[in-house]
Amino acid sequence: MNLFLVLEQTLNGLQLGVMLFLMAAGLTLVFGIMNLVNLAHGSLYMVGAYLATYFYQATGSYPLGVLLGLAGTLVVGIAVELVALRTLYERPHLDQVLATFGLILFFNELMAILWGRAAIYTTLPDYLSGHVELFAGLRYPLYRLVIIAVGLAVAGLLWFVVARTRLGMLIRAGASNRAMVAALGVNVRLLYTLVFGFGAALAGLAGLMSGPIHVVQPGMGELILIEVFVVIVIGGIGSIRGALAGALIVGMADTLGRAFVRPMLATVISTTAADAAGPALASMLIYLLMAIVLALKPQGLFPARS
Amino acid sequence: MRYKTPSIAAIVFAAALLASGPALAQQKLKIGFITTLSGPQGVVGEYMRNSVELALDHLGRKIAGLDVEVIYGDDQVKPDVGKQVADEMLKKHQVDFVAGIIWSNVMLAVAPTVTDAGKFMIGTNAGPHELAGKQCNELFFTTSWQNDDTPEAMGKVMQDQGITDVYVMAPNYAAGKDMVNGFKRSYKGRIVDEVYTRLGQTDYQAELSQLRAKNPKAVFVFYPGGMGISFLRQYSEAGLRGQFPLYSVYTVDEISIPAVKHAALGQYETRYWSPDLKNPANQKYVSDYRKKYGKMPVFYGAQSYDGILLIDSAVRAVKGNLADKKGMIAAMRKADFASTRGKFSYNTNHFPIQNFYLLKAVTGPAGQDPVMEIQKTVFTNHKDSYAKECPMK
Amino acid sequence: MSSRTRAIVLAAGLVLLAAVPPVAALANQPFYLDLVRRVMIFAIAALSLNLILGYGGMISFGHAAYLGVGAYAVGVLAHYGINNGFLQWALAIGASALVALAIGAVSIRTSGVYFIMITLAFTQMLYYLGISIEEYGGDDGMRLAVKSQFPGLIDLNDATAFYYLVLAILVLCLFLGQRLVDSRFGMVIRAAKSNEVRTRSIGFSPYPYRLAAFVIAGGVCGLAGALLVNHTAYLTPEFMNWTRSGELMFMVILGGMASIAGPVLGAFALLLVEDALSGWTQHWQLILGPLLVLSVLFLRRGLVGLLFGKNE
Repeated sequence: MNLFLVLEQTLNGLQLGVMLFLMAAGLTLVFGIMNLVNLAHGSLYMVGAYLATYFYQATGSYPLGVLLGLAGTLVVGIAVELVALRTLYERPHLDQVLATFGLILFFNELMAILWGRAAIYTTLPDYLSGHVELFAGLRYPLYRLVIIAVGLAVAGLLWFVVARTRLGMLIRAGASNRAMVAALGVNVRLLYTLVFGFGAALAGLAGLMSGPIHVVQPGMGELILIEVFVVIVIGGIGSIRGALAGALIVGMADTLGRAFVRPMLATVISTTAADAAGPALASMLIYLLMAIVLALKPQGLFPARS
Repeated sequence: MRYKTPSIAAIVFAAALLASGPALAQQKLKIGFITTLSGPQGVVGEYMRNSVELALDHLGRKIAGLDVEVIYGDDQVKPDVGKQVADEMLKKHQVDFVAGIIWSNVMLAVAPTVTDAGKFMIGTNAGPHELAGKQCNELFFTTSWQNDDTPEAMGKVMQDQGITDVYVMAPNYAAGKDMVNGFKRSYKGRIVDEVYTRLGQTDYQAELSQLRAKNPKAVFVFYPGGMGISFLRQYSEAGLRGQFPLYSVYTVDEISIPAVKHAALGQYETRYWSPDLKNPANQKYVSDYRKKYGKMPVFYGAQSYDGILLIDSAVRAVKGNLADKKGMIAAMRKADFASTRGKFSYNTNHFPIQNFYLLKAVTGPAGQDPVMEIQKTVFTNHKDSYAKECPMK
Repeated sequence: MSSRTRAIVLAAGLVLLAAVPPVAALANQPFYLDLVRRVMIFAIAALSLNLILGYGGMISFGHAAYLGVGAYAVGVLAHYGINNGFLQWALAIGASALVALAIGAVSIRTSGVYFIMITLAFTQMLYYLGISIEEYGGDDGMRLAVKSQFPGLIDLNDATAFYYLVLAILVLCLFLGQRLVDSRFGMVIRAAKSNEVRTRSIGFSPYPYRLAAFVIAGGVCGLAGALLVNHTAYLTPEFMNWTRSGELMFMVILGGMASIAGPVLGAFALLLVEDALSGWTQHWQLILGPLLVLSVLFLRRGLVGLLFGKNE
């Protein structure tokens, strides 16, 4: 096990963590501010991927595709909020879970009708493809470095908005006391719609970033949805800081687990046993992690509310 | 594929028979076709259904003079739903044949249900080893293959080419383990590492880093569906295409190629069939499929097409007398129909004895997607490894 | 609607269910016997979930795990040649209860969405565990070649006898469930759901009661799993998939959480609609999705509330 491999895996873990953060940030924002559990967040992720791919292929320009994809997801998100989710804010979490679960079925089928069930072709422009030489023979895909950069930039932007701007203040106030904020004359409904739209745009961004290297097909959101929930639960619901911490922890644990659990097991038990147990353990690792965190801190690591 | 054009006399005779009403009970032949039609894997079912429809078109919607009705069922990739659908077809619609099924676990739940009811189960994809071996049944036939055959072929390819230091990857579930076992049955060289990833995993960057660190001479993978598309893209992006040649089974096919395009170029696969297989039945199937559906057909479809033709050959052999099960079994065993794979025969366990080829993804005609082309024959008249466990002779 | 009327309606429903086998035989449609039997098995599972979800307010997204544990208990014993139904079903209930105890002990310390997530996580762990154990088929699953044997008592291969057995178990669960909910134990659970602080202040710690309810629900669901594997003659880790938990939750919500019979109604509604829709179009999820959303939004008391109006 050489040092370079560990370094490379750490980089991989960071990149996976950042991707998870993009998804988790939107979800935790919506949950923390509006107390809404939104399973359809994965569907918005899918919509972002589909729209960006479509617009890139239609216009031939990647930046235009990204912009239109983001704008489109924002529009879809706001539409969903206005039509389906408004009535759910006051409802118990269970109702929210089930209603948004119904939305997942709807969106998956809609995408299948519009673009077919088969995975669609996505691609990256030349200037984002290929790899760079990081150090001594370590080739790393350029695009993944871009993802890390974008993710960290978004994290910084979010922190700035929430901590330093008036809008952020309204968001934090609305989270702790909605009635009071409304009584002070702020249009809370508009605020919530904006926040949801923002969350949708974040999900869409995650989707369009991951599309070219993963698979764009109906149901792609559900594959990552559970991991994202694990992230926000570990990090603490409602807190961006928690989302970032949780995402990095999960990203690292998952990556390093997949890479090193089996070899490490093989040093203590027989190789054949490690071969059988290793992959199973690696798949279960993030759930075990979540169980341990919740056993010690039932509200997650950095909960937003006390 | 020839079909008889009824003469005038025959039409008059048939009209007279029809007019005689309920005396002639069996006017229709009902086939229940079970596949996955909803959800992301519905895309495979779509190709199967289209191929069944095409086969029926080619047969003029009649088999041995009987009108054919196909009832489609969706198993939702769940064995208990598949079984419920099969029950519905057998008891409610009273089908004469049940065909289809993509997934081994669904097949293992459905096949006994169908054969216990005394009806034929014509599998057109799943080929679990239990049904090839101890649980073989005279009413079960398949037009596909036994799951282990295809990786056995790839193992032989790599063994014959003298490749050593192979890195093996597959998802951690029954089919994944089966594929690797099949591979190891014919590949005897050194396997550098055997890595099983989580089922449904989308990001392989961590595993690719490990792979590169081990520095193998070649890589063998099994990644069906969306997993394959992700894996191929990431393999390309990581610059590994040029470094380590990639051999696979069930990872690159006509469904996944449009999604990955040039990322698939240079990929090797083994299969019993390819669109460029040169025989009249296949050429007609491929060109008509492309004309009708605008896409290149895939092996799931070719198998389903053959399934209908197999049923047709059996019913014609007993002249439409569906009560003559023994006659139909004997007819099916002869594999006497124009299959898209060319001439083949059946083994005692009702699995095909057929050729396997090495395929490569090469550049398609100008402006189009890559296509799979046969490079050479790997196995001639290959028998599966479980036939000896089957008590039927 | 008075409780007497509701009792009459319930009795009528049960009579209807009892009439299915002879009617199906007369109409020469044996398929419907199988269909209704499958629905009833899921109704038992949904009923067990209702205990903790509807009455206890614990949103467990991992309930399908017990279907799997119960099914595997039967399947594994049969794999080793033990076909005695009493042994198998006792293990199904016992193992499920034990697993519920383990999961509940950790999970019930949390609440709200954390509880949802942790129960989901445990189910996923069991699912991945099931997939990786090759001896029991992994995700290919196992065939149950010989049904649970109850020598001299009942032959499960007799479709009608099996049907009536399932019906009898359903009725038993309904009856026992109602007794449990009306008992002091049930009152504590329900009190803890509506106002936990007050419940504590009158001296009851919800934790042991909730855990007990969780274990009971797990055991009953394990029994449903044993029934299911006998019905399908096959089991796979898919029995434990989280989407199946979601289906169970839907049955409870759709049917109505306020009543013990609600989930039965919900099971019938969901599975029959699914069966009908998927026979009609391959895009059935496009229709079912919004239907589920609408039912959650507008049927606040579920179908029971819709049909029977408010109860006290």
